[in-house]
Amino acid sequence: MKLPFFRSPDGREGGGSADPTERRDESVLTPAPEAAGVMAGRVPEVKSPSAPAGPTKIAARDVSVFYGDKQALYDVSLDIPDKTVTAFIGPSGCGKSTFLRTMNRMNDTIQGCRVTGKILMDGQDINARSVDPVLLRAQVGMVFQKPNPFPKTIYENVAYGPRIHGLTTSKAELDGIVESSLKKAGLWDEVADRLHSPGTGLSGGQQQRLVIARAIAVNPEVILMDEPCSALDPIATARIEELIDELRERYCIVIVTHSMAQAARVSQRTAFFHMGRLVEHGNTEEIFTNPRERRTLDYITGRFG
Amino acid sequence: MTETGADKMWARLAAEDPARAARLQRGLKKRYAREGRFKLYGILAVSVAIGFLLLLLGRIIEQGHTAFYANQMTVQVYMDPARIDRAYPQGTNFQQMVAQQQLARLGETDDAQGTKATAYRLLISSELKFRAADLIRNDPSLIGRTVEITAPVSDEADLYYKGEITRETAAEQRRVSDEQMAWLDGLKRDGHVSTTFNAQLFTNGDSTEPELAGVLGAVVGSALMLLVTALIAIPLGVGAAVYLEEFSRKGRITDLIEVNINNLAAVPSIVYGLLGVALFINWMHLPRSSPLVGGLVLALMALPTIIIATRSALKAVPPSIREAALAMGASRTQTVFHHVLPLAMPGVMTGTIISMAHALGETAPLLLIGMVSFVPGIPGAIDEPAGALPSLVYIWENASERAFHERTAAAILVLLAFMIVMNAAAILLRRRFERRW
Repeated sequence: MKLPFFRSPDGREGGGSADPTERRDESVLTPAPEAAGVMAGRVPEVKSPSAPAGPTKIAARDVSVFYGDKQALYDVSLDIPDKTVTAFIGPSGCGKSTFLRTMNRMNDTIQGCRVTGKILMDGQDINARSVDPVLLRAQVGMVFQKPNPFPKTIYENVAYGPRIHGLTTSKAELDGIVESSLKKAGLWDEVADRLHSPGTGLSGGQQQRLVIARAIAVNPEVILMDEPCSALDPIATARIEELIDELRERYCIVIVTHSMAQAARVSQRTAFFHMGRLVEHGNTEEIFTNPRERRTLDYITGRFG
Repeated sequence: MTETGADKMWARLAAEDPARAARLQRGLKKRYAREGRFKLYGILAVSVAIGFLLLLLGRIIEQGHTAFYANQMTVQVYMDPARIDRAYPQGTNFQQMVAQQQLARLGETDDAQGTKATAYRLLISSELKFRAADLIRNDPSLIGRTVEITAPVSDEADLYYKGEITRETAAEQRRVSDEQMAWLDGLKRDGHVSTTFNAQLFTNGDSTEPELAGVLGAVVGSALMLLVTALIAIPLGVGAAVYLEEFSRKGRITDLIEVNINNLAAVPSIVYGLLGVALFINWMHLPRSSPLVGGLVLALMALPTIIIATRSALKAVPPSIREAALAMGASRTQTVFHHVLPLAMPGVMTGTIISMAHALGETAPLLLIGMVSFVPGIPGAIDEPAGALPSLVYIWENASERAFHERTAAAILVLLAFMIVMNAAAILLRRRFERRW
């Protein structure tokens, strides 16, 4: 069940190119031929080499973000394809989280924050007056750095979204959504017998998967993840990464990460941010093996950052 | 084992550099001494506080415990048909009648003015009159018969039985003469006096006669007043705090409001009393001395405290919860009422409990809105004249009858008990909230 949110005028789902003004800069994606040998063995191995599977889901055009007088993001233009994991990498304070938060308008909640430029989701400007941020956020789910389940039961956590959006009409239907969401998040087997115990009693990794289940319970189209594994141990991280890989088939996923290895493992597309600017973006394999920019090479080989 | 380990370590250090080891050891000693001293200060401070508390409580209990029991006398009353008016039994001077009968039983002769009977009458509470009149009203056939009636002794007689007045007390400092003491001793010797729990203290309203005065009117008055205060101050205060903290745009105006709220919390309570007189009584013409006006004034007083406490409780809720809810597509209102406010509830309750306890004990504003007047009845509604516990303490403390002094202490104990019960209930409620999360 989808929310009666915006669609492309012609009814296509995920038809990112509906905006005729959109320009696709294909040249950016073309890998530069040199320097491949230099980096061999020093950059993380790319495990998900497959190219983007879907059409453009989100198209950002000249997006700038200001916090008061301070500009945090400068003219970012980027296409994010559907059914693909796109990773944002870059040093702390480079604007990658800020950019992520423009995509579900979470920056609206910060007083003094201003966003300019256009962000098109399926061709529709999400900052348009006619778009309700509350409905937008039902379509663009978000997972945060620290697992933040509500201090309620596991069931209530997952059921919260469908409940406030009125997605279900019966208890049985809600039960079904809770079960399928937990299954999709790979948590069902661990919590099936204690759905009514507090969600905060789970381990960090389980909590993060619970939060993912909560996000997918409203059947979003995009899932934004802001460093979802930075508070987790390597085993929990591996589970989340596996989960991200599974979710890729259904959703457009954007993940901010500080771990180069993680970006290489889970993403098909990578964008590198530095000092509030988008330095380079392209297929993950190319970014990690053959970056065009010196700064990208320095960052992914650990020379700064 | 650790001893030897430490010794070995010191020995090694001393072997390497004796001066440095000595310096280290001196420094360590100083550090531990400082820590020990600080702990001692803490223990001293806590002991002084506990000591004073015990002293205060001990003094109140010592002074007040005698108010919880009372002496009753049982007398044979001949319902003299010559003196009792059938149509209007309560018009009879039963005390005088009983006094004369008692004197006759003792074989004492009175003078023409009835001086002795008057003196004896002062030992009998007017409660005897009410009981005798009630008996006759229920059963007029009792007239002409002898009935046994039990009634409290008068306040002065009670004090004598409790040992507060003795023969050694200087004559000008007591209102019980040697003759009266002899009569009281006689009554007791003959087994006509019984000591019982002073139930009237809890079932009666205020009275000019100490042996009949009770705290119930004031307890009910205080309860009604607090009800008004809670019903107004809690929703208003919590609502204002939620709006200021979660919805309003922070700017110059909210800063101004915040400063003003903080200042209002520090305004002396008597000023709120004046405001209450001007606003609620003179302008709105609400009934003077009523729990309604008292509650309104106390609500004004409690508001800043509740707002400040609620705001800080809301501030303490981790922003990640707000983000989680907002990112789920919850509206601001849903975020606040589904997640933030329930999490802040224990803090809100703490602030509310403190302000309510404060309101319960507040006296100064009540002086101004007329809640220190003598109200003998028990209020039945919030717009009826009523007293309050703190003002009852104030009235009784200023009363000239000595028997009121022990009752003052008793009223303070009742006030404290009221406060403890209220706080315990609130804490239990808070626990329940905490456990839910």
